[in-house]
Amino acid sequence: MLNFDVIVSSLPLYFNGTLVTLKLLLVALAVGLLFAIPLAVLRASTNPWASRPVWLFTYIFRGTPLLVQLFLIYYGLAQFVWVRESVVWPMLSSAWFCAMLAFAINTCAYTTEIIAGAITSTNHGEVEAARAMGMSPVTLYRRILLPSALRRSLPAYSNEVIMMLHGTSIASIVTLLDITGAAREVNSRFYLPFEAFITAAAFYLALTFVLVSLFHLAEKRWLVHLAPRT
Amino acid sequence: MLQGFLPSLIEGAVTTLSVAVCSLLIAVMLGLLGALMKLSRSRLLWGLATTYTTVIRGVPDLVLMLLIFYGGQLAVNELAPKLGFKDVIDINPFIAGVTTIGFIFGAYLTETFRGAMMAVPPGQREAGIAYGMTPAQVFLRIVFPQMVRFAIPGFTNNWLVLVKSTALVSVIGLSDMMNRAGLAAGTTREPFTFYLTAAALYLIITTVSVLLLRFLEKRYSLGVKVIAL
Repeated sequence: MLNFDVIVSSLPLYFNGTLVTLKLLLVALAVGLLFAIPLAVLRASTNPWASRPVWLFTYIFRGTPLLVQLFLIYYGLAQFVWVRESVVWPMLSSAWFCAMLAFAINTCAYTTEIIAGAITSTNHGEVEAARAMGMSPVTLYRRILLPSALRRSLPAYSNEVIMMLHGTSIASIVTLLDITGAAREVNSRFYLPFEAFITAAAFYLALTFVLVSLFHLAEKRWLVHLAPRT
Repeated sequence: MLQGFLPSLIEGAVTTLSVAVCSLLIAVMLGLLGALMKLSRSRLLWGLATTYTTVIRGVPDLVLMLLIFYGGQLAVNELAPKLGFKDVIDINPFIAGVTTIGFIFGAYLTETFRGAMMAVPPGQREAGIAYGMTPAQVFLRIVFPQMVRFAIPGFTNNWLVLVKSTALVSVIGLSDMMNRAGLAAGTTREPFTFYLTAAALYLIITTVSVLLLRFLEKRYSLGVKVIAL
């Protein structure tokens, strides 16, 4: 049977790990979303000079593993002398910052595609009505396209957030003590793999359920106009 | 080119691809089984399959992989002497990686296949039963060929995520593409060059898969009317 004494005595390690996981997740999501909105507007543009470069960015970052992206930033950039001599080097040599940066870029690429998809699938009648009212392109985006597209992105975005939560587990590979890092620590200290990793799995499962219910609430608040009528 | 490390990276790519393909085979089996269980009338089977998909999709791949790799090793170490094996048995990282990834993506494919099975009109299944086919025949001859078309878009997504997940097997010591890139990076002190090459190889794999699956989707949609908008 599972050794519960070890699990209970290592709970503080797991709770600290949860804080690291959540901090990584929230910072990465916030930064990613911040850049994803303008990029999605460019991506949805009919001008190829605007949409193609963004397409290339999302294509590359969605087509390669997050682990490679993390290694390129954390181990890879040190190859260049000019990076090591630059002012940003203290940040780039920190595992925390590199993990955050890699996760932010990765989630930015996925979120850009989600929002761009929602923008292009907007009902054309809404856009025509806005134009007929004499809205400028900026007003059209601010009042019509973005509020509606961001709401319709919620279901797909909740999937992305869950994927990102699971993605943060690879931060443990670059020595960060997130939930998975805590589990690896416990496993190497006591050699009790079942206790160590099942506890971590329970923590992730709990976080997943919390996030899913938060998104349910958000959909009730902002997507209720699209809910099936009963 | 690449200071002679290219052949090693290509070998790693072959390992990556074989891990991906072998785990896909396991995942497809589990996915079909899971979807049939979820759609069955038995509450027990439904409950089992639902627990499987909920738990697996709520936990990161890496945690499950470490659990199966280290936990499996411990279980083998404790069981083997009881069963009369005297030598130490090491868990093969290839088998550990393939079973874990197959087990994880079986859960994702369960959902994909369940949706696809539900998209086949029920009249098709009923007609099969009316002809006196056994449930197995109805599935193999009627439902399966028609569900492929509905399953391909979701399947493509699952496969792309699966290929990218295989990068994690390097953590449990399999000499896949990531592992080879890491070795080359350590020897030459040029990590950026080699991880970038690995990234490019992953991009090639994902691009080719998308093109192939798009072709397959067209093939399975032959004779289906496209709605003109």
